Amino acid sequence: MRITQGTFSYLPDFTDEEITAQIAYVLGNGWPCSVEFTDDPHPRNNYWEMWGLPMFDLVDPAAVLYEINECRRAYPSHYIRLNAYDAGTRQTTALSFIVQRPDEEPGFRLDREESSDRRIRYRLHPYVLDRPAGQRYV
Amino acid sequence: MTDRWSAGVIPYAEMGYWQPDYEPRPSDVLAAFRITPQPGVPPEEAGAAVAGESSTATWTVVWTDRLTNYKEYQAKCYRVDKVPGAGDQYIAYIAYGIDLFEEGSIANLTSSIIGNVFGFKALKALRLEDMRIPPHYVKTFQGPAHGVVMEREYLNKFGRPLLGATVKPKLGLSARNYGRVVYEALRGGLDFTKDDENINSQPFMRWRDRFLHAIEGVNRAQAATGEVKGHYMNVTAATMEDMYERAEFARDLGSVIIMIDLTVGYTAIQSMAKWARRNGLILHLHRAGHGTYTRQKNHGVSFRVIAKWMRLAGVDHIHAGTVVGKLEGDPNMVRGYYDTLLLDRVGADPVKGLYFDQEWASMPSVMPVASGGIHAGQMHQLLHYLGEDVVLQFGGGTIGHPMGIAAGATANRVALEAMIKARNEGRDYMAEGPDILRTAAKRSRELDVALATWGDVTFTYESTDTPDVVETPTIS
Repeated sequence: MRITQGTFSYLPDFTDEEITAQIAYVLGNGWPCSVEFTDDPHPRNNYWEMWGLPMFDLVDPAAVLYEINECRRAYPSHYIRLNAYDAGTRQTTALSFIVQRPDEEPGFRLDREESSDRRIRYRLHPYVLDRPAGQRYV
Repeated sequence: MTDRWSAGVIPYAEMGYWQPDYEPRPSDVLAAFRITPQPGVPPEEAGAAVAGESSTATWTVVWTDRLTNYKEYQAKCYRVDKVPGAGDQYIAYIAYGIDLFEEGSIANLTSSIIGNVFGFKALKALRLEDMRIPPHYVKTFQGPAHGVVMEREYLNKFGRPLLGATVKPKLGLSARNYGRVVYEALRGGLDFTKDDENINSQPFMRWRDRFLHAIEGVNRAQAATGEVKGHYMNVTAATMEDMYERAEFARDLGSVIIMIDLTVGYTAIQSMAKWARRNGLILHLHRAGHGTYTRQKNHGVSFRVIAKWMRLAGVDHIHAGTVVGKLEGDPNMVRGYYDTLLLDRVGADPVKGLYFDQEWASMPSVMPVASGGIHAGQMHQLLHYLGEDVVLQFGGGTIGHPMGIAAGATANRVALEAMIKARNEGRDYMAEGPDILRTAAKRSRELDVALATWGDVTFTYESTDTPDVVETPTIS
């Protein structure tokens, strides 16, 4: 399967040129970029690990791409996403898309616990979570 | 010679309801009415009559007014403008002191402003065009249960419009078949599916069965995509007790969102908004019935006024027009509704039909929803007219896809992401839209088939509700 979080998951994975064009748009709006990575793809996992602090003062798209590539080298089989943050009016994320994903994405198991009145408690379980962090996509 | 307090009938204008020198106070509630007086009734008198009947006046002089500080409680018509090119129509501006209204009550506000005057014989027609709600009064309302920022953070979806679809056919599906549509549409790529306004709890499908099957579809789709998904569970019912019961059941199933119809009434909407904030569910409002009073230009209540009331009342979503779809909506007027729902400060702009500056004093924004006869082939126009903070709902445009519901959903999502990508890259996506879609369709058979099916379907009828002022291009 292919997890479809992020703004562009239904398009083919972006080339570095395509990523750079998005970074240029983001920086042109005055939104700082940040890079985050994880090996826990649960949709409620909001807090991916931060690749350093948000790059508040970086204005060169090439420098942001450099950080993405450094993160890719350190974590070659993790999910990595690029975020843009709008501190001006919305005070929240303005754009967020995946720039690296594992070759194999095993997906999720849906556990059901049947209870009274035909109600079912659902539990979404990423298969990779059965292995410890850092050893999930090797 | 009669004076102000002689028993009998005297013109409203002479009773103090026409005050051309009055300067509205920052705390006044202001209203702009489009009035069409009966022949022989001067426009100032008609405006004064509206001011009078929507505040303290009755048809004759009453001495008991003199027991009150009546000058304070009288609404004042302070300006009347002829509408250019519209014969017998005038815009009357009326100021109301804030003491006329109970804090935080849409029911009370509307009982005053539209309670009595619309059947008034001295007028042929009357339309409430716009209102300025002062920050003093705004702050007495809860406002949206969550607002756009909280919704996006809760759903983990940024940088693009959200996508939805209303389950079709509207009526007749069994709960099991219904849940199938929910599952297919969500796993194909939509963020939301939706009950239609008239799906409540009918003999062919009771609400509890629908909720159980829909939530199965939602959870299956989340497992298939790794994305947060939602189904607007319509809790509209005959009594508040029934609505609370259904909302609590939706909450207990783990639904992220519920919906209500405008037909439940303003007080019920405010109650559900409080419930939604307390319980952490997003509240979607379907504007069922609004066309009966918003559409005709000379009589009724403009939708921009309804949008303001609903932001105060506290809904998170409201249907606000598509421009390009099958339902009424002039582009400028729709922009006015969207600005009213989304911005913190909205400037007066006659081209958008906005008569007043409106300050929302940090009240959360409402996510506009575009629904009705839209499809993937219009994606460039939808993004251009409606922007990024909107839920685009493709009902027929998802479920009617020849390859199936999931394929229809995928087509819409691919088209949307391709258009956002092109916009961010700085391309003239409005002009190049069809090209951008065709290129994206080379990598997506779902989109290719959608474009072949609906590519050139349009609904080009003239709008009935248009601004009085037309934007004229500047000559450079």
